[in-house]
Formats: sequence, C-alpha cells, structure tokens
Amino acid sequence: MDIDLEPVAVFEAPIYLRYHATSARAITPFLHALRRGILLGHRSPATGKVLFPPLGSCPESGQPTSEEVVLADTGTIISFTTVHLAIPGSKLKPPFTVANIMLDGADQFFSHLVSGCALEDVAIGMRVRAKWRPASEWGYSLENIEYFVPTGEPTVDIPTLKAERLRLAQERRHA
Amino acid sequence: MAHRVAVVGVGQTVRYRTKINASLAGLVREAALEALADAECTWSDIDALILGKAPDMFEGVVMPEIYLAEALGGVGKPVLRVHTAGSVGGSTAIVAATHVASGLFKRVLTVTFEKQSESNAHWALSPSLPFRAHFNSGAGGMFAPILREYIHRNRCPADVGCMVALKDRKHALRNPRAHLQIKDISLQMVKDSPMLWEPIRFLETCPSSDGACALVLCSEDLAERSVRPPAWVHGMAMRSEPGFYPWREEVYPHATRECAKDLYQQAGIQNPRKDFDVAEVYVPFSWFEPLWLENLGFADRGQGWKLTETGATSLDQGGDIPWNCSGGVLSSNPIGASGMIRFAEAALQVRGMAGAHQVDGARKALGHAYGAHNQFFAMWVVAADKP
Amino acid sequence: MRDVAIMGYAQSPQVREARGLNEVEMLMPVLQAALADAHMTLADIDFVCSGSCDYIAGGAFSFVGALDAVGATPCMQESHVEMDAAWALYESWLKIQSGHIRTALIYGFAKASNGSLPDILSQQLDPYYLAPLWPDSISLAALQANLLLQTGRYAQRDFAEVVVDSRRHALANPNAQLKGEVTVEALLAEPMLAPPLRKHDCCPISDGASAMVIAAGEVAQSLADRPVYIRGIDHRMEVHQLGQRDLTTSVSTRQAADRAGVGEDKIELAELYAPFSPQTLILQESLGLRPDVVVNPSGGPLAGHIFMCAGLDRFGEAARRIRAGTADRAVAHATSGPCLQHNMVAVLEGK
Repeated sequence: MDIDLEPVAVFEAPIYLRYHATSARAITPFLHALRRGILLGHRSPATGKVLFPPLGSCPESGQPTSEEVVLADTGTIISFTTVHLAIPGSKLKPPFTVANIMLDGADQFFSHLVSGCALEDVAIGMRVRAKWRPASEWGYSLENIEYFVPTGEPTVDIPTLKAERLRLAQERRHA
Repeated sequence: MAHRVAVVGVGQTVRYRTKINASLAGLVREAALEALADAECTWSDIDALILGKAPDMFEGVVMPEIYLAEALGGVGKPVLRVHTAGSVGGSTAIVAATHVASGLFKRVLTVTFEKQSESNAHWALSPSLPFRAHFNSGAGGMFAPILREYIHRNRCPADVGCMVALKDRKHALRNPRAHLQIKDISLQMVKDSPMLWEPIRFLETCPSSDGACALVLCSEDLAERSVRPPAWVHGMAMRSEPGFYPWREEVYPHATRECAKDLYQQAGIQNPRKDFDVAEVYVPFSWFEPLWLENLGFADRGQGWKLTETGATSLDQGGDIPWNCSGGVLSSNPIGASGMIRFAEAALQVRGMAGAHQVDGARKALGHAYGAHNQFFAMWVVAADKP
Repeated sequence: MRDVAIMGYAQSPQVREARGLNEVEMLMPVLQAALADAHMTLADIDFVCSGSCDYIAGGAFSFVGALDAVGATPCMQESHVEMDAAWALYESWLKIQSGHIRTALIYGFAKASNGSLPDILSQQLDPYYLAPLWPDSISLAALQANLLLQTGRYAQRDFAEVVVDSRRHALANPNAQLKGEVTVEALLAEPMLAPPLRKHDCCPISDGASAMVIAAGEVAQSLADRPVYIRGIDHRMEVHQLGQRDLTTSVSTRQAADRAGVGEDKIELAELYAPFSPQTLILQESLGLRPDVVVNPSGGPLAGHIFMCAGLDRFGEAARRIRAGTADRAVAHATSGPCLQHNMVAVLEGK
C-alpha cells in the first residue's frame, strides 16, 4: 500500500480541569468587609506591621495574624506602570495605569488602577483616594473599587513615610 | 568538605525560537546529546539525572520527569526535578553540582527546558487569586514598577535601558543560537519601538522562547581526563525571600546581596568588576542590567547605569566587563532553561568555547539567575583554573 | 558518607477537605511543630526545601506563596522540587553530604480536595500517546492489580487483608483519616470501583501539610537523646511506558533497596507509600521484607494520603516509632508516577 502521508506536526490536546477553592480563614472576613465597602488589614503580632490584603500570615515571621485593622481608602503611590499592551480577555483598554498603593495605616502595598488624571501626571509619592463603584454593584472583590484618583495633596517622600511607619510598628510591638 | 565539581559538557537548542518543531522529548534530547558529545560520554556514563523547568502549565504535562525518563537515559538512575520559578535553570545546575560535590555521584546530566509555545504562556504566568484585583499584566507589568523605582531613586537618564537592549541585541548577532537576531538593530529602533509597560519598550523586552539547555558535571578525577577544558565550579549559592512583605526593599533585595556575598566568599571574589572577565546575568528587561550591576557589586549603589553608559559591559565596544555576550535573556528566554543558559554560557567562556561571542582570555565568569518577584536567586562562579 | 538524622517531624490532621484553610494556614502550625519537635528554631536552620505541585493547587507558582509560612526574612537558602517532599528531603540530605549545610527544614503540602486528583495525574503521562486518553491513576492501578492477580501469587482477599491491617493500625494514629476494625468479608462485599479495585483499595484524598527537620550527625548528637539516622537512601526511575515494564514487580524499589542497604541487617518495620493496596504486596516482595515486618504501623497511605507529603510521611512515621523505641531499624519508601514508576527507599536506624 503506497500512501502519501503528511507528517503530523501539530495536534491539539486540550486540558480541562475544574477546581473549586474555599476561602481561607483570613480571606473570608476580608471579602465580607469588601462587600460592605470596608478595607480590612491585619496587624502582625510579631512585627506590629499592618498587612493588606490580610492573608492570615505574617511573611516576615511565619506567624498567623488575626488582629483586624480598618483602613482608610486613601493612600500613597509607591510605584506604578502604565500598561500599553492589550491584555487578552481583559475589559481594560490600554493605556491604563496600575499602581502599587500603600493605604494609609497599612505597611504592605497592593496593586490597583489609577485614573482620573493625565497618565503622565501619575508620580511616585502621589496621594490617591478610592473611587468606588455604586454600592449596588459590590461583590466579594477588590474590584468594588473602580480605580484610585489623585486627591491633590502634596507628593509624599516615600523614605520618610517608610521610616515613620517602621517607627510606629516598633512602638506597637513594645506597647 | 565538598568535592570539586567541573562542567565538561554543554548542550543547547540549536536555535531558540517559538514553536520548535520537535516533541518535548526531541527538544530535551537535542541539548542533552550535545552535552554528552561535548563531554565525550554516553547515557550509560551518567550516574544521575537532574531536570529543571518552570511551571508545568507551560506545556500541560504534569511532572514531566516521569514522561521523559526514557528520553533522557533516566531509567535505572536517580531522577530529580527542580522548580524555583525563573531562577530554576540556575538552581537546577546547583542541585546537579551538589550531587557531585557530595562525593556520591561522579558524573551527572542536568537538563532544563521550556516549550512555552505549547500552551498560553501569558495565561500560565497570570494565576487568578481570589483576593487580588486581576489585571493580568504579565511579568513586564510586575517588574515595571520596580524598574521605575530604580530610575526614580537614581535619577538616571531615560535611555539607559535602550542602551542595554541595543548592546544585548548586538551581542545576539554573534550567537547563532539566539532567538532574536535583529540585524539592523539601532538605538533609534529600540527607542521607537512601542512602549509596553512604562518604562519598558517592546525591544527592551525578552521574547517567549522554546528551548533546552544541558550540562554534564563531573568529579575532579574525571574532569582532569576530559578532552576539552573543564570549567571548574568555584562557588555556588542560592537565596530566597518572600516576594511581598511590609516595606520590602524590592530594588536592592536582601536575598540577592546575601547570595552574592556568600558566593564571593566561596570563590574568593573581592572586586567583581576586576575579578570576573565576563558575566552572564539574568536580564529579561533592559533596566535589570544597571540594577544587577549594583546588587552584584560591580558598581556602587546608584552608579550601575553609569557603568552601562560607558560601554563597560559591551563586548562590541571592548568593555572591560562584558555582560551577556550570548545576547542574554533579552534575546532568548525559554523560562525554565534561561537560568542554566546563563550558567552554561559562563562555563563556555572560561573553557574558550563561546565562539564568536567569546571574550578573549576569559578565565573567570559569573552565572546568575533570578525568579518570581525578584525573590529567588541562584548564582555560580566558574573558572578555567581549579579552585 | 556523613551521618544525617531526622530530628523532628509534624503532620497536620489528614482530612477529606481542609475547608476554610489555605495552604499557608495549613503549613504554619506544622512548621512550628516540626521545629519544636526537633528542639530548634528557624534560626538553627541552614536550608529550607519543599515539595508541592502546581496542578494540585490549580495555579502556576503555587509554592511561592507557601514561603510566607516559613518567615524567611531577611532571606534564606531555599529550594523546591515539583515532587513529593521525600525528594525535597533527598535534596537536603545531599546538601548535608556536600558539607554546604548542617541542618534543613523540609515540608510538603497539598489541597487535593480542590480538584480531581486521579484525572490530574493522568496528565503526568506521555502527552502524545497516553494523556489525551485521560487514563486516571485509579484505572491504571487497576490494570496493574489485574496483572498481579493473573500471576496467581495473590487473590483479592490479599488486597482486602492489606486494608484490614491499614485501618486497624490507623486506630492508633490520631492524624489518620480512615480507621476502624473491618473484616475481609465485609470489604469484599463492597462494590467494585475499577475492577479489581474497590474504593477502600485506593488511598483517600486528604488535604494537609507535613514538615521534617534533619541535621548532620554532630548536631543530632548534641540535641537528641535517640537520633534517628538515615543509614542509607537511594531512588531509581523506571521506564514510563506501562507496557514496557513488568508492573507486578518493582525493579526500581529493589535497586534502591540494595543501594540503601536494606538487606544488611534486620528490618522491624516498614512504612511504604503504596497508594493502592495491591502495590503494598508488590513493594513488600520487591523489598524482600520478611512476613514478621510490621508494614505501615501508621495506617499508611490507605488511611490518609496528603499528596506531595505521603512519601515524606513514611519517613516521619517510621522515625517516630524508632524514636519511641518501638523499633531499631526501619524501611521508609516513597513513590512517584503511575504504577510505581519512580521509587525511593531509605533505611532508618536508632542508636
């Protein structure tokens, strides 16, 4: 039998695996608080620093955390980037700015969008406030905050802020 | 006391690129066979097999050492598979070298690889977590803020990153294996390329590559009998720290400085810029070069970008401390292999086997790899002379 | 070869689902307990090594977040294998042999309840010829069990006896998931799951974490009254294609056992990572264990199976009993891959 066979160079073998994950001990209250428009952090018993989001563990010490701290929805930009690349499957249209934001009262930054100003005006040390979506749209997600907007306050010097926060944490530990 | 270890075989994919037309077994065997040939030995001369690669989701094969056992001569041997994120190529080499350093294994084969075109690499790099807003901005989006901080703190001119990209892409033209070969590359071309994640432009970014890299490591007595010059391991070190913790120093991470300190102590390095002849350092986005120059002690704090500016790290410009003569990660990035490629290229340099990208008379070289959120580090020092 | 001893071990309770706890929360108390068991703190640890699997967690880089449970600041020597933590133990043991370190903390973790483990494991297979057929781990173990029955050396009663022993032993293990007095007859009356395997012939799904501390001999002697030494340890890989090896015997286990020195002296107990009851019989044979050796006094994997830890747990359970004086010399075994493809054997001894 003489058959002209094309070499098989590619074949598709899709992998579909379904996972369900239950929320963790620390995450559950955090997500419930978000649904009520509240930003919750944890203070580490070992370091006195405030972690956000609260994952239930202090990465510096490996100790569990549970002491809740309600945080303001204002903060300071630690650093940021403006993304020009369209992300497949994302609703966000580039360019958009993602910033590492240190909420007031927290010692661990988190990432979120910054908008409401010219992108080139975003700066390290800029003061920002959350712009929340309408409360009727709130779910168990940090996306209840649509983005952060500049407050117009003067730019903060990050090393000074860091030193102040570390000093406060030290005091808390010895209190 | 650790037994001496030497690299006597190096193998790499003939040309890193996407959608390499080979099975996973074919991909890794190509590199392994080259390393075995270089070491003038066969599969049966190998005492242990150490594999390394980044997340299995890049290929959709769970724990691939199981499937690749026969392909890499692993039957009847101990087989280990390392996974330390982006640094894995380097840490795998270190685990392999530890096999020999233990005195229990005389000759080992280590292979790292990635065939990320098999799946959706962007998806694999962006796991969705329930407590973070999901921006899916990929690796570049994660690193850009750190690089911006470097630029902000040190008040650098904006085009230093572009100079690094130009340098590494010109180096790549000397290395036929490099994925990205842009013949007419120029500084203007880099500057004109689209901005992706500020401050990183398209041509300042690593590609997504398929590829494999392999090493044969052996004991002192076997290395002394090797046909081609061995590269002697003078030191190796690994350090990790958590990626996120309060007020973490991300631009000058503790782990990288401690890792370098440990390594330099082992290898007797006092002045990296003078003691090394060449370095292969994990730079996936251009600005990482000045950042690592400082972190690894080649330049003082805040001065790394100046070193780049002077052309000191350029082989083409006759710099005194060329970095990434192979074209580096900026030119080829099969993630699981990239760390080992750095270690392998360092070894090739001190063996005098780096071909057109050889630094004349190189006798001591640094290989460096890092992973995840600037938190996992693996480094080694190799030299033409015994330690 | 340098003396290396197991200094401490801890395991979380093996539960079907660790609901409301993530991996870090499962790990933190286990790491603390293992260190405490070793009379050490993190400051005494030179190297940390873990074993885990992204496909169990359902996301890439899942081991990275787990480092939060360690408290690795300002930084630590740390590594990870995408394998059972028994191989993280091996990597650490090698590093002690090389003289680079003297102490190590090893851990493993998995929440297998998040997904379907037997299906996930089908994707370990050859991606061109086997994985697209999705042959789950239970079905493959059933194929192996059928081959074993065909040799005539064992009958289904023998599989049931393994389960009876496992459940009875597990009564004394507070962390075990499945325990109790059962009879062979009652077990054989249960419906088939994947013939000839019934549900009880397969290890359960367990969420949890385990951790262990090991140290070079000189450290062990200064800290422990009865150090548990790893006298020999070795692991070997077999052919992947199932049709190309004899599934009714474990060649690699025999090879590893020889190199680990199993035959050199009397073995009193053995902890074997046999996720399926027929595999216990295969391993016993391949290890050359005499009938009077107590197998899986902890209940073994049939009583509780934390994927990525079950191998390390065999070392831990054997070490516990040696330290307690129940035995002087034991075998610990770990496995990886379909139908016992990759096997590790160690000899543990108290002095």
